[in-house]
Amino acid sequence: MNTLRRILALALKELLAILRDKKSRFVLIGPPIAQLLIFGYAATFDLNDIPLAVYNEDRSAPSRELVARIAGSPHFHLVSIIGRDSQIAPLIDNREALMVLHLGPRFSANLHRGGSGHAQVIIDGRNSNTALLALGYLRAIITDFNIGWAREHGAQRPPATLKIRPWYNENLLSRWFIVPGIVGLLTLVVTTVVTGLSVAREREAGTFDQLLVTPLRPVEILIGKSIPGILIGLIEGSLILIVAVYWFEVPLRGSLGALYLGLFLFLLSAVGIGLMISSLAVTQQQGILGAFLFLVPAVILSGFATPIANMPEVVQQLTWLNPMRYFLVILRGVFLEGDSYGLLLDQYWPMAIIAVATLALAGWLFRHRMN
Amino acid sequence: MNPAAARRMRLTGMIRKESLQILRDPSSIAIAFIMPVVLLLLFGYGVSLDARKVPLAMVVEQPDANSASLVGAFRHSEYFAPRLFTSLQEARQAFDLREVFGIVWLRNNFSNRLLGQGDAPIGVIINGVDANQARITGGYIQGVWQAWLADYARGRGLTPRVPVVLEPRIWFNAAVRSHNFLVPGLIAVIMTLIGAMLTSMVVAREWERGTMEALMVTPIRIDELVIGKLAPYFLLGMGGMLLSVVMALWQFDVPLRGSFWALTATSALFMLVALGMGLLISVVAKNQFVAGQVSIIVTFLPAFILSGFIFSIGSMPEPIQWITHLIPARYYVAILQSLFLAGDIWPIMLGNSAALAVMMVVFLGLARRRFHKRLDA
Repeated sequence: MNTLRRILALALKELLAILRDKKSRFVLIGPPIAQLLIFGYAATFDLNDIPLAVYNEDRSAPSRELVARIAGSPHFHLVSIIGRDSQIAPLIDNREALMVLHLGPRFSANLHRGGSGHAQVIIDGRNSNTALLALGYLRAIITDFNIGWAREHGAQRPPATLKIRPWYNENLLSRWFIVPGIVGLLTLVVTTVVTGLSVAREREAGTFDQLLVTPLRPVEILIGKSIPGILIGLIEGSLILIVAVYWFEVPLRGSLGALYLGLFLFLLSAVGIGLMISSLAVTQQQGILGAFLFLVPAVILSGFATPIANMPEVVQQLTWLNPMRYFLVILRGVFLEGDSYGLLLDQYWPMAIIAVATLALAGWLFRHRMN
Repeated sequence: MNPAAARRMRLTGMIRKESLQILRDPSSIAIAFIMPVVLLLLFGYGVSLDARKVPLAMVVEQPDANSASLVGAFRHSEYFAPRLFTSLQEARQAFDLREVFGIVWLRNNFSNRLLGQGDAPIGVIINGVDANQARITGGYIQGVWQAWLADYARGRGLTPRVPVVLEPRIWFNAAVRSHNFLVPGLIAVIMTLIGAMLTSMVVAREWERGTMEALMVTPIRIDELVIGKLAPYFLLGMGGMLLSVVMALWQFDVPLRGSFWALTATSALFMLVALGMGLLISVVAKNQFVAGQVSIIVTFLPAFILSGFIFSIGSMPEPIQWITHLIPARYYVAILQSLFLAGDIWPIMLGNSAALAVMMVVFLGLARRRFHKRLDA
C-alpha cells in the first residue's frame, strides 16, 4: 500500500516538473502536431506532375496520340515542346524537365509497316528512385497504348500476360505507409526527450541524491520515473493516431488492442532507453546529446523510410536492437494488413526484452553512478 | 596602437581563446570528426532504396518446361530470390508471415494457354504496404516477364512484335544506384546536424556558465566576437566535411563529376549557414536544455524529410513546398546531387548558392542583433 502511494507521489511530482513550465508544455504538444501535419504531406514517394519535355519529330496521328496520353496523365506535366537535339541537355541539366520523350521522324512509318516505333526517353538519374518510378509510370502508359494498338490493328496477342495486384494498399499510396510510421517516429522522439532529461536534471540540481535517501526503493523510483513518460507517450500517441485515421484517412483494419499492446511495449522500451541515457549523463547537455545520438540512428535504421531488407547483413543485425523497427511492423500490420495479436507475437517479445533490460540497467545505474 | 592593429589583436586573441577551448574540450572535436564518419558509415549502408534478392513465392501448379523457364528467369535475376510452392495456400501462409514479399502464380492451365490461344495469365500479388518498394518491385517483375517473353518467342523462331518500344536512357546514374544520390544528400543532413550542434550547444554553455558576460566587458566588438566564435568551428566543420567527401568517393564509390573548388566553395557557404543557425539558436535560447531541444526539432527531422534528400520536393503539396524553402539543407542537397553526379551545372549552383547566401546573412545578422540586445540588458 505504502509502495503504491510512494510511487504515485513520485510520478505526480515528475509530471508536475515537466508540465509546470509553459515552454516545456508547448514543446511537448506544438512541434509534434505541426511535424505530423507537415511530414504527413511531405513524406511521399508518389510522383505527380513530373516535368516532361517532348521532342516529336514525327508529328503524325499515332505519335500525337501517344504524346497526348502521356501529357494527359496526372503523373506527368508537359513543360516544354522542343524541336532540336541540342535543347535536351540544358533541360535535363538544369532540372527543368525530369524526362525528355523523343520520337524519331520514322516513328509512325515503322509502326504502320508492322515494325516497332521507338520511343526514346532521356531521364535525369540524379535521384535514381524518382527515375525508376517515372519510368514505371511511362511504361504503364505505353503498355496500354500497345494493347490498344494491337486490338485496333489486329495484331496477335502476347502468349502470356502479367497481372500485378498489390494487396493491403491497393492504390499504392505511399502516405498509407509513411503516416503510420510517423506515429512511431514522433512518439519515440517525445518519450526519449522527456525521460532522457528526467534523471540528468535532478543530478544537475543535486536533488537526485536526496531522492535516493528517501524511503523510496530504487524499483519504486524507476517506476515513478517511468510513469510520466509512458503517460505522455500514450496520450501523444493516441492524438497522433486520431489524426492519422481521421485527417489522413489511413484505414485502420486490424485490432486496436493489438496496436495498443505494441504501443505500450514500445513506450516501455523507449522509457527504459531514455532513463538509461539519463542516468549515465551527469548534465542535461549530456542527456540531450545522448538522446539525440540514440534517436538519429534509431529513426534511420528502423525501416521508416527505406526498407531494412535493403541493408547489408551486419546493419540488419544491428536493427534487432532498435525497438522502433518492431513497432513500425506492428503499426503497419494493424493499420493496413489488419493484423491481430497472433501475427505480431514476434514483434512483441523483442520489445519486452529491450524494455526489461534497459529498465533494469537504468535502475542499477541510479545507485552505482554517483559523482 | 592604431585601430587596425588593435582590431587585429582582439580578433586573434579571441580566435586563440576559442581554439584553445576546443583543444582542451575534446567533445567538439568528437562532434566534428567522429560523428560524420560514424553517421555516414551507418547511414550510407543503412539507407538504400535498391531492392535486391527480394523473396518471392512462385506457385507452380503443374511443373513443365515452360513454367521451369519462367522460374529460371526469376532465379537468374539479381533482384529476386524465388521460393517454389505447389499450392497457393502454402504461398499465402508465407506471404502472411512476411516471409515473402510477393507471389507469382502459374495455374495448371498455364502451358495449355501459352501454346494455344495465348494470353496465359500470370497472376502476381505483391505486398503493397511499402508502396514505393512495391512499385519498384513491380517494375522489376515486369522487366523479367518482358525479357522472358522475348526469349520465349526467339526460342520458337518468332520475332516478338511490340508496337512501341521504350528505350530509356538514364543520365548521370546509368546503373540507377540509389547510393549515388543518397550519400551526397546524407552529407547535407549530417553537416546540418554537426554545424548546428557545434555552435548551439557550445555557445549556450557559455551563457549558462556566465563566461559570456566576462567576454562582453572586454573591449571586443560584436563583429569580432561573432567572427572569433565562428572561425575555429568553421575550420572544424570544414574538416568534417572533407572527411565525408573522402568517404563518399572512396568508401561508397560515388563519382564526383563537378570541380573540387566548386564543392569547397558551396560547402563553405553551407557550413556558415549551419553554424549561423546554431549560433542564432544558442543566442535566442536561454539555456542548453532549450538550445538542445530546439536544435533537434529544427535540424534533424526537417533536413531528413523536407530537404529533397529522399522525398522529392516536386511531389509535395504546394504549401509544403513553400515551407521547404526555409530549410537550408534543401539548397545544399540540390547543389551536392548535381555536383557529384552531373557536374558544375551553373544555373543550379548559382541559384541555390544565392539562397544560401541570403540565409547566411539573415542568420548571422539576427544572431549579431540578439548579441547586442544582451549587452544592453
